[in-house]
Amino acid sequence: MQFLQNPMPYILAGISVGGQYALIAIGYTMVYGILRLINFAHGDVFMVAGVFMVFLSASLPLGLAIPLVLVLTVLLGFVIERVAYKPLRTRNAPRMSIMISAIGVSYLLQNCALYFTGGLAKVYPQLPWLSDTIEIFGAVTKRVTLITPVFTIVLVVALVMFIRHTKIGMAMRAVAKDFETSRLMGIKVNSVISATFIIGSFLAAVGSLLYFTNYASVTPTSGGMPGLKCFVAAVFGGIGSIPGAVIGAFVIGISENIIKGLGWTTFSDAFTFALLIVILLVKPTGLFGEKATDKV
Amino acid sequence: MKKVLSVVLCVCLLCAMMAGCGGSSSGGKKTVTIGVFEPASGDNGAGGKQETLGVQYANSIQPTVEINGETYDVVVKYVDNESSNDKAPSAAAELVNAGCSIILGSYGSGVSIAGGPTFENAGIPVVGITCTNPAVTEGNSYYFRICFLDPFQGTVLANYAYSELGVTKAYCLNKLGDDYSAGLVNYFIEAFEGLGGTCVHEEFPDGNSDFTSYVANAKAADCGVFFSPVSTEAAQLIIDQTVAQGATFPLLAGDTWDSNVILQAAMGKDVNVTITTFYPEGADADFDSNIKVWINGDATNLANNGGDDTVAAVTAMGYDAYFFALAAMQKAGSTDPAKIMEALWSTEYTGVTGPIKLDQTNGDAIRNTAYVKKADTATGTWMAMDPVTIG
Repeated sequence: MQFLQNPMPYILAGISVGGQYALIAIGYTMVYGILRLINFAHGDVFMVAGVFMVFLSASLPLGLAIPLVLVLTVLLGFVIERVAYKPLRTRNAPRMSIMISAIGVSYLLQNCALYFTGGLAKVYPQLPWLSDTIEIFGAVTKRVTLITPVFTIVLVVALVMFIRHTKIGMAMRAVAKDFETSRLMGIKVNSVISATFIIGSFLAAVGSLLYFTNYASVTPTSGGMPGLKCFVAAVFGGIGSIPGAVIGAFVIGISENIIKGLGWTTFSDAFTFALLIVILLVKPTGLFGEKATDKV
Repeated sequence: MKKVLSVVLCVCLLCAMMAGCGGSSSGGKKTVTIGVFEPASGDNGAGGKQETLGVQYANSIQPTVEINGETYDVVVKYVDNESSNDKAPSAAAELVNAGCSIILGSYGSGVSIAGGPTFENAGIPVVGITCTNPAVTEGNSYYFRICFLDPFQGTVLANYAYSELGVTKAYCLNKLGDDYSAGLVNYFIEAFEGLGGTCVHEEFPDGNSDFTSYVANAKAADCGVFFSPVSTEAAQLIIDQTVAQGATFPLLAGDTWDSNVILQAAMGKDVNVTITTFYPEGADADFDSNIKVWINGDATNLANNGGDDTVAAVTAMGYDAYFFALAAMQKAGSTDPAKIMEALWSTEYTGVTGPIKLDQTNGDAIRNTAYVKKADTATGTWMAMDPVTIG
């Protein structure tokens, strides 16, 4: 019942973890909105970004390592789409086959990480300033906890602007609405899809920087639980909707930590998934997943 | 074109698989196989690798064994049980199929309990090196062990917290469904409440890496000590989070935390980490200096030991377990698993971690001393405290 006496640490932790979930959840929801594909490898892209950072920061200064991590992760997302999904899509494979291919990529990434890290947890580098300890309203925490939600919201607003006001954003909305017709109208569907994967991977890389700065240990399965929870967040908010994914992620992050603060630590994960079931029973399309919303 | 490509890809994959299954050829000499059932990945990968290092080192200095006047080459077969109770039985079966005469391991009680029935059905004896949960050997006449047990370790830790630290309220955290941490936490609570203290007990689910709320709970409940004998992977995050929240209580744990992974995580931070373990570095100066040379002499060994040459207690235990197994073979006068099993009950051996002798009920080692160590966060080494002997 510690939560009732001093709710601050729990709410802070919840908002922070919610922001990190949001950045990953956007990747799931955008790819689903455009391709109707659940990209199971997304959680592992997030983990690989962490592994990149561990190895690059060992030999490069942080100022160089961080941009390089972002670039490499984006490249990874792009290559996964080109190698594992596009060939299947252009040959009209059933959607289920692409999904299985995604599961395959997920395990491939985990096992590669297992090979390169030797199966051991790697300590994530301390980022100066972000890793510093600060005190706010009687709760002591790392500075990244406060930066995360702000940073997340800025990125999401930028993303929404990008989708509303740029040509490629408009193309994304068109493809999400009707894949075939937009192709007939002369939209280069393949480059739109690549752009989606690039944005998704970029956000996953940023998410991984923030997440691992707070929970500084990277293992090959680090992407598993966050990946699953972000997927839940995306479904919860109505898969295909970006604001939905963000709100879903914050709701899950905050309620998870409040549950722990109330003393039901054993059930914190069970609760997350029970919440999903309840929401889907009441609103089968998720919070914002109405038919009328545009899907990106 | 597409067809050619797919055929080529298939052939490549097949070739890769064939390359994996290298043939095994035996020379003219007689061999005996010792199986090593240890995690090399997953939550306990770091500890499992250090325990395996002890066996590898022992094998490097004693690669043969004299049984009934004949010299046998010792072949050591390593498998990775991936720290996972689901994967343990298939890893165990791999060792059974390799024709092992005796098996050593595992780090982590959960995998030992999960793999136990496979060894029992095959009739191959197993010597547990550092699996401390009583359930490992109970009801399994083929499972032996050379370390102390959790009821003992829990009592030592509870006494330490109550008497030495002078704490009356303890926060206990274990992983949900993990036999080792759940067992040890229960014995701790039993002993601590027996002394007159109170405990707050919580569990975290598998795959959790957010320990913020647990540390916050312990702080809010005004607990004087944070007892969390979990895997080293979770330990890093707990140490980090304790420091981040500016908590002042000492962190207390069992033998799993005796690892340089913990030292590295605590180094340079304002945190008090105290543990109980099997072997304090420095107890046997010869052994320490020789194994350091061996570890530093090979980049892979150094990496498996976590990047430096700190001698972990589990490494010393792995070293002793290897020689204990050889002693049992010599006593049995045979490489037949059934005869070795008979001989194990009465095998005695004095190793670097002390004399090893098994009791006649479950085949557990008769040990009553635990060593207490505290992390020196300035230098990144363990400081030995007074050992605790009970009974």
